[in-house]
Amino acid sequence: MGYQQDPKVKPAGLSGEVSLPAALADVELVQAVRTPAAIDYIATPGASLSAYLRGMKQKKILGDVCPVTGQVFCPPRGVSPVSGQRTTEMVEVADQGYVESFNVTRLPIKSRPDLKPPYVSAWVVPDGSSTGSIALVAGIEPEEVRMGMRVKAVWKPDDELEESAANILHWEPTGEPDVVLEDLRVIGNPDGTAGGAQ
Amino acid sequence: MRDIAVVASMQRQEPSIDNESEVEYMVPLMHGVKESIGITQADVGFTCSGSSDFIAGQAFSFVMTVDGANPVPPISESHVEMDGAWALYEAWVKMQMGEVDIALIYGYSKSSGGSLRDVLATQMDPYYVAPLWPDAFAIEALAARQMIESGKVSLERLAEVASRSREHAANNPHAVRTAQKSVADIMAESPIMDPLRPSDIPASADGGCALILAAGDRAKELCERPAWIKGIDHRTDAHTLGVRDLTTSMSARIAGEKAGVGNDKVDFAELYAPFTTSEVLLTDALGLGDDTVINPSGGTLGAHTMMASGLIRIAEAAQRITNGDGDRAVATAGSGPNLQQNLVCVLEGE
Repeated sequence: MGYQQDPKVKPAGLSGEVSLPAALADVELVQAVRTPAAIDYIATPGASLSAYLRGMKQKKILGDVCPVTGQVFCPPRGVSPVSGQRTTEMVEVADQGYVESFNVTRLPIKSRPDLKPPYVSAWVVPDGSSTGSIALVAGIEPEEVRMGMRVKAVWKPDDELEESAANILHWEPTGEPDVVLEDLRVIGNPDGTAGGAQ
Repeated sequence: MRDIAVVASMQRQEPSIDNESEVEYMVPLMHGVKESIGITQADVGFTCSGSSDFIAGQAFSFVMTVDGANPVPPISESHVEMDGAWALYEAWVKMQMGEVDIALIYGYSKSSGGSLRDVLATQMDPYYVAPLWPDAFAIEALAARQMIESGKVSLERLAEVASRSREHAANNPHAVRTAQKSVADIMAESPIMDPLRPSDIPASADGGCALILAAGDRAKELCERPAWIKGIDHRTDAHTLGVRDLTTSMSARIAGEKAGVGNDKVDFAELYAPFTTSEVLLTDALGLGDDTVINPSGGTLGAHTMMASGLIRIAEAAQRITNGDGDRAVATAGSGPNLQQNLVCVLEGE
């Protein structure tokens, strides 16, 4: 058997100094190699996401209805994350809603050079949806953004609309009275009701 | 050791699933398999899945599918970047520890969105081999050449394997390659990756499989004739192709011995054999004789859904035992280039 029985004894091959051919003696060690790799895929978004993307081109935001609880999930994924059931019904939710939570980012991020700090990332719940999604809030000083603030979507010009969620550039204040978030337990809890937004 | 059995399974395989996302087509299987034996997610102590981001072309692709496992309230869950058969193994270990009585296992992929032959190159050594993008069929053709030149197999014998697989696949509603071809027809095929011909290579499919394991009395309550796992083991060969004898499979042989394949007669075997050459290799490594029916489902030459094909082999073998078509079966799963890893599972009915 070729096994080294005593683990403290170095194998013979490692016991001596490593020697390189003379020609390589003063060559700098390779610190890194680049092996670019790319694979092309044709993504098939599935029934629910396809409908959502087609809706976006018409400035319509679609959500899935959970067949068990009746909750509306937006963006839709074809399955209810609460009951685990396949969804079969879709509804249009509003392009207005409220800010459930937000943060103010004061550092630039490499992958979004278009975003100039400080900017606001918010969790926006569209009217008619049981859950929110991450979105940018603009058209207001970051210091003035509030939980419960009413916002509406700012869409790209009609001739630039595509089958893409990027059609919504950001959300901006409507000027309506804030939604009173009396019970903060509604946040992240789609069983709760959130003030007058539903 | 606890007695653990396969009590239900459900699968779907099609040449390509174009209008549904992975989670959209897996949910009916994940729920259907539970409904078929009257249980809900609340009865499931552990949920484990196998899939691949490289095939999905998306990072953390499995997390979407977890929604379909109904994780409200939170569930005990795990995922392996391996065929679902390895998810089954993880669940089996957890059940052996006595923590869980019922487990849900699933594996899936939709490989039609990319070129699987290229995607599989990414599993090779990332410094010396993968940057050359070796085609997955070409890698297997290296082994096929050695097997033929060394006299371990002939092109005629491979054609017999391919012809018989097509015959069996014709009776399998989930198979995607069911057109019948005689040995002479296959001998007349032009090689696509010489010496491999179209009939020697896997019948690529999109799809998945969901399966329920249950322990002891729970298994007997849920299934009239559970398929008991009498032995299960998995082994890996070295990653570097150059140090392996590609005309044999030491990992399959050792896993087979550990799982107890040779302890009794084997009525049928469902082998994870993507290529005709793989089937010859595995039949030999496991010591299966003429009295064993090989791949009654048509095997992966009838339908090959990456990340699920191994789990489907276990499901197919278990279903035949539950149906009473036989008493003792072997199922295998494989992974890596030239079947680098092999899992062997022995199933028995009472």
